Amino acid sequence: MSEPLLQVEDLRVRFSTEDGIVHAVDGISYSVDTGHTVGIVGESGSGKSVSSLTMLGLTRNQGAEIEGRIMFDGRDLVTLPDDELRKIRGNEIAMIFQDPLSSLHPFYKVGSQLTEAIHTHRDVSKSAARDRAVELLDLVGIPDPRRRVDQFPHEFSGGMRQRVMIAMALANEPKLLIADEPTTALDVTVQAQILALLDDLQSRLGMAIIVITHDLGVVAEITDEIAVMYAGRIVERAPTRAIFGAPQHPYTWGLLKSIPRLDTPRDEELVPISGRPPSLIKRPSGCHFHPRCPYVRDAHRKVDPRLEPVPGDEGHAVACLLNPELRNRIWRGLASGETSATLRHLVVEEDHPVRAHAAPRTSEEDPA
Amino acid sequence: MFRYIVRRVLWGIAMLFIVSAVVFLIFYILPSADPAVLRAGRNAGPAQIAQIRHSLGLDLPIWHQYLNYMKQVFFHFNFGYSYQYNVPVRQLIFSRLPATIWLVTGAVIIWLGIGLSIGIISAVRRRSLIDRTSMTTSLALISAPVFWLGLVSLYLFADDIGRFPILPGQGSYAASSDFVSRFEAMILPWLVLAAATSAIYARYMRASMIDTMSEDYIRTARAKGLPERTVIMRHGVRSAITPIVTLIGLDVGTLLAGNAILTETVFNIPGVGRLLYNAISVSDLTTIQGITLFGAFFIVFFNLVVDIAYAYLDPRVRYS
Repeated sequence: MSEPLLQVEDLRVRFSTEDGIVHAVDGISYSVDTGHTVGIVGESGSGKSVSSLTMLGLTRNQGAEIEGRIMFDGRDLVTLPDDELRKIRGNEIAMIFQDPLSSLHPFYKVGSQLTEAIHTHRDVSKSAARDRAVELLDLVGIPDPRRRVDQFPHEFSGGMRQRVMIAMALANEPKLLIADEPTTALDVTVQAQILALLDDLQSRLGMAIIVITHDLGVVAEITDEIAVMYAGRIVERAPTRAIFGAPQHPYTWGLLKSIPRLDTPRDEELVPISGRPPSLIKRPSGCHFHPRCPYVRDAHRKVDPRLEPVPGDEGHAVACLLNPELRNRIWRGLASGETSATLRHLVVEEDHPVRAHAAPRTSEEDPA
Repeated sequence: MFRYIVRRVLWGIAMLFIVSAVVFLIFYILPSADPAVLRAGRNAGPAQIAQIRHSLGLDLPIWHQYLNYMKQVFFHFNFGYSYQYNVPVRQLIFSRLPATIWLVTGAVIIWLGIGLSIGIISAVRRRSLIDRTSMTTSLALISAPVFWLGLVSLYLFADDIGRFPILPGQGSYAASSDFVSRFEAMILPWLVLAAATSAIYARYMRASMIDTMSEDYIRTARAKGLPERTVIMRHGVRSAITPIVTLIGLDVGTLLAGNAILTETVFNIPGVGRLLYNAISVSDLTTIQGITLFGAFFIVFFNLVVDIAYAYLDPRVRYS
């Protein structure tokens, strides 16, 4: 097996602010192969966007301290000079963003924004670039592209704008496409169309895709592998099937239980993950998830778990201090409809019970 | 787009009518002197004054007077007759207009050139030494009144009374005959007139640019791999300048009506502002009225230009 297209190794991104150092990304590693799709899932502030912006060098001018390696096609994007990196941006690695209206320049026609992307990296004639722009709009399923190419972004609907963004990203046939919350600002029906489009384009163009989202439901259909991020770290990484079939981390369980499903009874309530994402300046001790974890034990407040392989499940890694056998029992319980309140006794130590909500910010959670 | 322009033009005309009526009313209700008395000269008897009042139509009801005035303005472009100078007001204004246009045009070019570029540089190099220096300087310039700045600049640089006599000073414009000396004579007035406004524009532009550079589409432009220069100029400045354009129209108008008067007075430039100053000091009502209307016309005109320019600059406006 050859080298993966993209290999992120122990990437750390820190920002110095007046309040202290923000550890936005805290040692993440993953890789993406050509033709594969990886999902990065986490709440806002988990570092998922920062890690991909860093890949493109877009955090450099914001005073970020960057460590680790981002090997892309034989080059390290962390140490690459600005000008070299600029030639990769929009060319070999392209990115699409959350809000397609604010991400397109309001004063330029869609066509000129597309040809600009082409002219930046290719020495082609005006008419050739324009033909290519029309072709791209057609490729992403925009009807009547010859006419639409001369319209302004505000004349497009939300879904069509996101298609324009995708067309722009594809302009130079990138090897890697990063989609940062590509469907968050869109209607549910349009979301499905955009995801189907990405999936279809990948099978036709063969690029690698990274989908960043807070919504596990979004990535379920189109990813091969999923990395779940929490407080700047990857807490679980596994093939998509394993994430949904045998998730190992309490945070992943929480994400899964908070997805609304059609096949559950209507009176069954969605279970939110209690508490808020931690501050990335003063992070919780031990396992960063412990203040919000229903299965916390005293030791978890002191020991920082590392991402380790799950025994008997190849390609699956998790950073959790609970023992694997216990995790499987809890997940089986959750999957069959039990709640964390009833399953908590499984982890309670014999001599003294552990209060799950020791931290004050989770006090509203108490179900009893 | 065409309908939009027509609508703006009609609005502009309506605006001029309102302004003319208000101006007329002000001078009717609050005259600084009785025009008939002024015209009659010294030692005129009451009968003589009454006769003059009648011949000038000043004994007619106000609406009738207004109608007469507007008829003259509209059909003959006639703003009345100045009895102080003994020439038609139109001729007075036109003879003074070139100097004022010359003054204002130069000042606008300087203020936009300096103001906008400093604003852009300050925004891009935020918190740098150049940013802090220019923002502090701009605050000082905004706080300095034009007449004071004019006198200080004469005291420092005028070739007759200056400490560093390097530039032509007061009255040099009126005395100059060729283009070069006219240009030189204007350097100080231009700088003085442009100073405060360029300082304000530097601050506007800086704020607008900082806002724009944090927009998502700037991130998109960077993600495309555009060189930073292009990102700043084509994507950043293009957006940041749009709200500034609206201000330019307003400020050119106020410049003509306000600071130009002060600058022309300090530097003794024979422009419309200086004319207005003189007219006020001798209560030459028709001239004051004519210049006020003329000023209003310019303000309305520049606003119209700005509205149209804005629609051209921001495609979203065209369709609403």
